[in-house]
Amino acid sequence: MDAVFKALADASRRKLLDALHINNGQTLGELCKHLTMTRQAVGKHLALLEAANLVVIVWQGREKLHYLNPTPIHEISERWIGKYERHRLQALADLKKRLEEKP
Amino acid sequence: MSTPSKFVYVTYIRTTPAKLWQALKEPEFTRQYFFSTWQDCEWKVGAAWKIVTPDGGVADSGEVLEIEPERRLVLKWRSEHRPEAHAEGYSRMTYDIEQEGNDVKFTVTHEIDVPESKLIKGVSGGWPMILSSLKSLLETGEALDVTKD
Repeated sequence: MDAVFKALADASRRKLLDALHINNGQTLGELCKHLTMTRQAVGKHLALLEAANLVVIVWQGREKLHYLNPTPIHEISERWIGKYERHRLQALADLKKRLEEKP
Repeated sequence: MSTPSKFVYVTYIRTTPAKLWQALKEPEFTRQYFFSTWQDCEWKVGAAWKIVTPDGGVADSGEVLEIEPERRLVLKWRSEHRPEAHAEGYSRMTYDIEQEGNDVKFTVTHEIDVPESKLIKGVSGGWPMILSSLKSLLETGEALDVTKD
């Protein structure tokens, strides 16, 4: 989850996500048009977004297309939307912790 | 630019490909994370496939195009309950399952050769909820409330 917040804590990266939200599945070249920075810098931002699972790469022939993946953001919202069911959520969190601790 | 409509969603789940595969097919699992629905299908290439709602209606229908247990499933998919989406015809939905360390990388790709597709726009909101709930179900034994009804 740290990776997601770190990735989102930058205006340029949010702009890239916005661009994909409007038009999903763009190449690096297409995405460069949205930002006034070098292709290399845009590539670095995209790599960070990919590491956070916010951007997914799909190869189409020799073209590398970038897709917005909102699943991690949804998981963050679930975390706090459920806040008011504290008791039940605590039980679930404990269960998850117990299950994942097993070797 | 007129392009086909497509989305690719990925989630990492602390489970095994076998457990995920079972959760994707079996009604007792899908009823928990897929808005109380179940799938009527024989799970072989060419078999008819449909999503059945709790009242017995059919939400979506299609056919199995590819099936590779615990690895990949490709469905021909048409909406049956939204006229605008139904009119667009068949889309293509793919599940890809890959083991990555202790996690399973689960990818859902849904695409249709229609620009600005109503079907893709409609399902693109539902899939993140379904994926989060499926992840929760497999990791904790409980699905999320949001997908139970």
